[in-house]
Amino acid sequence: MTVSVEHYLVLAALLFAIGCAGVLLRRNMIVILMSVELMLNAVNITFVALARQTLSMAGQTIVFFVMTVAAAEVAVGLAIFLAIYAQRRTVNADEISLLRW
Amino acid sequence: MSPPTDHATTAAAVTLATSLLRWIPLLPLIGSACGIFAATTGRSKLVHVTGPGSVLLAFFVSLFAVAQLWTLPAGGALVDNVFTWISVAPLHIDLSFRVDALTSVMILIITGIGFLIHLYSLGYMHHDADEARFFCYLNLFVASMLILVLADSLPVVFIGWEGVGACSYLLIGFWYQDTANADAGRKAMIANRVGDAAFLIGMFILLWSMHDLGAASLRFEDINRLAPQLAQHAPMVVTVVCLLLLFGATGKSAQIPLYVWLPDAMAGPTPVSALIHAATMVTAGVYMIARLSPLYVFSPEALLVVATIGAVTALFAATMALVQNDLKKILAYSTISQIGYMVLGVGVGAFAGGVFHLMTHACFKALLFLGAGSVMHAMSGELDIHKMGGLKKQLPKTRLTFLVGCLAIAGVPPLAAFFSKDLILESAFAGGHVILWAIGLLAAGMTAFYMFRAYFLAFEGESRVDHETAHHLHESPSTMTIPLMVLAVLSIVAGWVGLPHGVLWGNQFGHYLEPVLAHVPHHEVAGSTVLMLTLVTTATALTGIFVAYSFYLKSPGTADRLAERFHGIYVLLWNKYWIDELYDRLFITPYVIFSKFFWKVVDAMLIDGVVNGVGISVGKTADVWRRAQTGNVQHYAAAMLLGAVFTCGLYWWLS
Amino acid sequence: MIAFFFIAILMIASALTVVLHRNPIYSALALVNTLFLVAVVFVMLDAELIAMLQVIVYAGAIVILFLFVIMLLNVDTEVRSARLSKFGTLGLALALLLALELGVVAVVYAPDQIAEAPAGFGSTEAVAEHLFTTNMLAFELTSLLLLVAVVGAVVMARRKVES
Repeated sequence: MTVSVEHYLVLAALLFAIGCAGVLLRRNMIVILMSVELMLNAVNITFVALARQTLSMAGQTIVFFVMTVAAAEVAVGLAIFLAIYAQRRTVNADEISLLRW
Repeated sequence: MSPPTDHATTAAAVTLATSLLRWIPLLPLIGSACGIFAATTGRSKLVHVTGPGSVLLAFFVSLFAVAQLWTLPAGGALVDNVFTWISVAPLHIDLSFRVDALTSVMILIITGIGFLIHLYSLGYMHHDADEARFFCYLNLFVASMLILVLADSLPVVFIGWEGVGACSYLLIGFWYQDTANADAGRKAMIANRVGDAAFLIGMFILLWSMHDLGAASLRFEDINRLAPQLAQHAPMVVTVVCLLLLFGATGKSAQIPLYVWLPDAMAGPTPVSALIHAATMVTAGVYMIARLSPLYVFSPEALLVVATIGAVTALFAATMALVQNDLKKILAYSTISQIGYMVLGVGVGAFAGGVFHLMTHACFKALLFLGAGSVMHAMSGELDIHKMGGLKKQLPKTRLTFLVGCLAIAGVPPLAAFFSKDLILESAFAGGHVILWAIGLLAAGMTAFYMFRAYFLAFEGESRVDHETAHHLHESPSTMTIPLMVLAVLSIVAGWVGLPHGVLWGNQFGHYLEPVLAHVPHHEVAGSTVLMLTLVTTATALTGIFVAYSFYLKSPGTADRLAERFHGIYVLLWNKYWIDELYDRLFITPYVIFSKFFWKVVDAMLIDGVVNGVGISVGKTADVWRRAQTGNVQHYAAAMLLGAVFTCGLYWWLS
Repeated sequence: MIAFFFIAILMIASALTVVLHRNPIYSALALVNTLFLVAVVFVMLDAELIAMLQVIVYAGAIVILFLFVIMLLNVDTEVRSARLSKFGTLGLALALLLALELGVVAVVYAPDQIAEAPAGFGSTEAVAEHLFTTNMLAFELTSLLLLVAVVGAVVMARRKVES
């Protein structure tokens, strides 16, 4: 059995699911952000696989941009975590619920 | 053969007069607006000019219009179509004004006597802080009344009808700071409204019938022209409409059963009583019946009801006036009684007679009310005739004019009411309504009695005036006495336009009005019968005066002894037959219970409950749903994931 | 074939470590591992430039950043309850459901054959050609975005950490 594109897509789906689980289950905000990175990578795999399958460079270009944005997002996100820690001395997601009803 | 140029000028003058018709009600309306301006900016002096001035100008315009009317052949009219008011096929109603013979009488009375009363009010209301507001309302009233009589169709009459009702409310409750006055105003308004409802229903039914005949119009000329066809097509409808309109008239003209507001209305300033309750508003009902006389003649049943109500009211009110001690209340009951005469007159077919009495009554009743106001002014507000006496010494002018008024109302020849009252009674007798004639005669005797009772107790005899008040007794200023004198002269001469048949120039008034009023054929009575009737009427009047003289001047105390002997009757009359209490029990209390139910249960509980309930339920729902906002980002992420799962599944399922 | 499955299993294992391990440092290390393996997958898919960028940007820069912040904030190992909370169960179920859905879609709708890649597919020139012509605007906007991110990060993190 040759490796076809669906294998990669299933792999990406699994990776995405694991990332989701991480976002929902972990309390440490930094680990949550890492899980988000996992999800982004799963999406990247999907794009590249489909680019390979359709033989179009557009997929890889998109991945390029996703990576850039992910980098920017992580930078700003971690800066926000620093600010929150300065205020509240915690990075526990449960304890940051000011917008509660 | 008049030269062509004369013809042209006459025609031009007529056209000018026609286009000026709208100014007759408009001028007092502008005066009213000036009054609002004066009242709100505090420049009361302004109304001294605009108040009487606007009515005087309206009087001049009326004179001009009437003069032009007289150049037209008999039965002609000036019609001024101001604008199209309602135009929904097939209904078309214009706001148009019409001056014909009947209207000419009315507008001259309203503007003429209205002006005199405005002049009187300058003196009467001089020290009142709300003077500007008073003239504003008074002008508004004159404007509404003019709209009523100038109207060319029933809906426009209704505009004026409602307007005078509203103004009477405003004017009766003028000194509203005293709750009793405000209550009196409210009573007038409500009693009028009951009549207005009947008027409206009658108007609608009439329109419906007119529509059946193919002419969906409520213009008087159309109604009166099509009256024969209406009677043939639906005689029952004609009777119903006439009775409904009559019920409306009883509200405005204070007849049985809706007269109860008029005695209470004496709470308003005296000029108001003079204008509204003597000369103008209360005559609106009579005017309306006369206007629609071609319709009424086709319903003998309705006419009989009209005549009966008139006669009974005349007697009923006269009996109540016998025992009143308040001078204005005596005059109020007298007004109800005299309008009863007018209604009796139109009921027996003497439409011109009713209008004639309307005219003479306007003169002498206004005179009597203004005289009472003058007395009140001199007596520092006291109106109990038992607390007066011998006022002729201090108030000579008032006394003289009041005497003239009393003689006029009693029907002593050759003063005004002699001719008009006589005409009505003669028509009643000639029409075969002997019972009604007898009732009218009895009421005439009572009229003479109670009016002279008031005169003797107030002006003649020993002074029973309170010591304090006696110091301030003084004759009224000329701005008040001049109108009194003018009205006194009018009371003397006003009757001379309607002399009995064959005497001098005969019944000019009747002939003048003939083309616009319906004609009821009645048995001709011999001249000797007429003479006999006249003598009987005069004798009754003189008897009344003599009895009053003997009771109160020759042997005072007679009245009190009689009151003790017939104590039951006296109490009945004194309490006005307990009609007010009866109405209260019968109509008002159940209605209040009804209203309270609607207020407390339907409005407060049901409607507010539903509306508030919607709000509360929204709040409660929000209370439940807001728990979804936990503030926890992971919960939000889970929600997004749920959405994503759902969308994927949906997409998969659909493809 | 075997290579693919090997890589795949390793990747899944690392991902699970990222998500499940109590110590955040270990999570970060597992993340590096995962990202490396993703780069390998990219190479298998003929996307060489992207693979390089993955290693440089992600594994080289982003994870370093994570490690810095973890050490700066002195993050402790997470205390965890033995059993999964109600919310946790729901979350896990949802994630698995999503994976199932995506997987099924992928399998059902995938084509049978995969074509031969032309020469130069996924090379730097190919990517550059696409990037600088068709997507020029997006490129410029991305640079603007990076500028904004830098400014934002500096502003947000300027507050002093209270010791």
